[in-house]
Amino acid sequence: MNKILRKKILNPTVTLMEVEAPLVAKKAEPGQFIILRVDAEGERIPLTIADFDREKGSVTIIFQVVGASTEKLNHLNEGDLIQDFAGPLGRATHTDGLKKVAVVGGGVGCAIAYPVAKKLHHLGCEVHAIIGFRNKDLAILEEEFAAASTKLLKMSDDGSWGEKGLVTDALRKLLEGGEKYDEVITIGPLVMMKFVCRLTKEFGIKTVASMNPIMIDGTGMCGGCRLTVGGKTQFACVDGPEFDGHEIDFDEAIARSAMYRDAERHAHEETCNLFKGVK
Amino acid sequence: MPNMAMEKNPMPSQAPEIRNQNFKEVALGYTPEQAMDEAKRCLQCKNHPCVGGCPVKVYIPEFIREVAQGNFEEAYQIIAKSSALPAVCGRVCPQESQCESKCVRGIKGEPVAIGRLERFAADYHNQNHHELPPKPASNGHKVAIIGSGPSGLTCAGDLAKLGYQVTVYEALHLAGGVLVYGIPEFRLPKAIVQKEIDTLKALGVDIQTNVIIGKTITIDELMTEYGYEAVFIGSGAGLPKFMNIPGENFKGVYSANEFLTRINLMKAYQPGSSTPIQRGKKVAVVGGGNVAMDAARCAKRLGADVSIIYRRTEAELPARREEVEHAMEEGIEFKFLTNPLEIRGDEQGWVTGALCQEMALGEPDASGRRRPVAVEGSEFEIPLDCVIMALGTSPNPLIKSTTQGLETQRWGGIIVEEATGLTSREGVYAGGDAVTGAATVILAMGAGKTAAAAIDEYLRSKS
Repeated sequence: MNKILRKKILNPTVTLMEVEAPLVAKKAEPGQFIILRVDAEGERIPLTIADFDREKGSVTIIFQVVGASTEKLNHLNEGDLIQDFAGPLGRATHTDGLKKVAVVGGGVGCAIAYPVAKKLHHLGCEVHAIIGFRNKDLAILEEEFAAASTKLLKMSDDGSWGEKGLVTDALRKLLEGGEKYDEVITIGPLVMMKFVCRLTKEFGIKTVASMNPIMIDGTGMCGGCRLTVGGKTQFACVDGPEFDGHEIDFDEAIARSAMYRDAERHAHEETCNLFKGVK
Repeated sequence: MPNMAMEKNPMPSQAPEIRNQNFKEVALGYTPEQAMDEAKRCLQCKNHPCVGGCPVKVYIPEFIREVAQGNFEEAYQIIAKSSALPAVCGRVCPQESQCESKCVRGIKGEPVAIGRLERFAADYHNQNHHELPPKPASNGHKVAIIGSGPSGLTCAGDLAKLGYQVTVYEALHLAGGVLVYGIPEFRLPKAIVQKEIDTLKALGVDIQTNVIIGKTITIDELMTEYGYEAVFIGSGAGLPKFMNIPGENFKGVYSANEFLTRINLMKAYQPGSSTPIQRGKKVAVVGGGNVAMDAARCAKRLGADVSIIYRRTEAELPARREEVEHAMEEGIEFKFLTNPLEIRGDEQGWVTGALCQEMALGEPDASGRRRPVAVEGSEFEIPLDCVIMALGTSPNPLIKSTTQGLETQRWGGIIVEEATGLTSREGVYAGGDAVTGAATVILAMGAGKTAAAAIDEYLRSKS
């Protein structure tokens, strides 16, 4: 059982929780994830680590309410207990030797991109952060990114926040303007990452994409998180979650991510009904 | 006078057409009368060959003699001296290739139903005796066990009985390993596993769930910062194998590990479970082992038409005969001498079928089994909406990659000294599927037992 130390609503569908988890905090690195179960009957869901505090023994997660389990999680408050919280899982983001990096985040993926930007910035790497949201109301972590980057480009679909356009528009402008990066790191919706990778391939820049597929155990047992990278099957939980973006079969990953969409929608609606009387 | 009936007392079971629609246990267990009658078939041979067939050396004739006399609790106590998990072994051991294969009664007729009698004695104890064993006095030495499956639990139990302070680290949220995530409820009710775990806890074994050794804590940290003097690795099988054929990543293709974990550990078959599972209408399971039978029988219980695709014939099926028979009785179709070449799917990425090929048996291969060879021009498609790959596993890389100096085979299995389970690292022992690759519960238990004795000897010699 892990206690929620802090809860902050970042936008109407995205919540931050700082959770007491000393063993996980001790080992956590940017790019890794945890698996949690909200309650004794809960499903196991993977969430990428958004931040950690080794001294305090806490791990921060930022999640979007997308289904029944995140809905239930969102109903917990400071002081409440999360049933299970295991990690850190997956490999840490590779940061050694990088001098100049573009970090491209979209939507709630920015929550995962942020610790990566922060670590690179801390290591003295020049970080250009490009973050995008649908609109102003959904924008999160602006100040944090500003503090962790030398250049911050803000994009929104409707122009209500930063510039109007996609993150790929901003990245293209930088690349066409002659910016050279050792690496581009992209974290966000699969479709966004697919197009970021397509763009950087044009420019021949190594790109790492962080995948967050369906999984159960997170330790290499179930194989549910498999994806095709460079024509080979890889397990996101032990081989990833980050892979060479130019080698990932994004179309397959997009199809696989929708496997339980109907079941999820149904469960979400049922949960919403259950919560109707509770509030 | 011994009972000279040629055949075993049959096991009362749920009827196939009823049980293939529920997840309750298939075999119902002997009545006391049936158990005593069966026990009297034992000739009480002086040289008891059956014991030689048991990886944990249960005193078989002794416990059977007690059953024959109606002393059921005494029978249980005799089994419990050797086996940490009697109610589990009585259900899932392949007795036909172990103790029962050596039984003298098996020369003419059927061997004594040792497994069924073990199960009977264990169930009798569990139903009638609820007192937990007393906690042994501590000897002050700490041992860490990685993994709470059959090898880890056996090793933990044996060491705890000797007074060691034992902590079991489990990566999942529930203890039991393959006994809870892999073997289905209808073969091994989870309440039985829980009871065995509660007994270990009463012996003082501390079980820490949600700790992934190699990630949360490394083996080196266990031995330095945490002060464990010895470690046993029983981390089990690992990454599921796939066939590496086109279409294996279509939606509706599962590894048996994933399919069974969703059902057994996450209870996806129960209404209201928060973990989803696809309820296929036409399911094929690829493979012929016990795991394939478990997956097929689970899919059947979820309402599907199920077939098992196996590239050899019935005679080569690696699954236990009893499991194959149960699967057949429950209406699972076997497509022998068939090999999938490709999984086919629709535009949305859902499985629509499998392109298969007929096989014929050729010369024997290294395993001694006749090698299946493709029949030219025999391709045909089977319409399906779900495919489950039950092809075995390869060991989990998390421990190897984070433990310096731990030697492994090329295929990933941890290398150990057979007589002790000692790895290439001092004080670090291993056993079960992490060493052997996919095998049985009882072999893993045997390895846990061997390692416990070796750890005890090692720590005694040190102090």
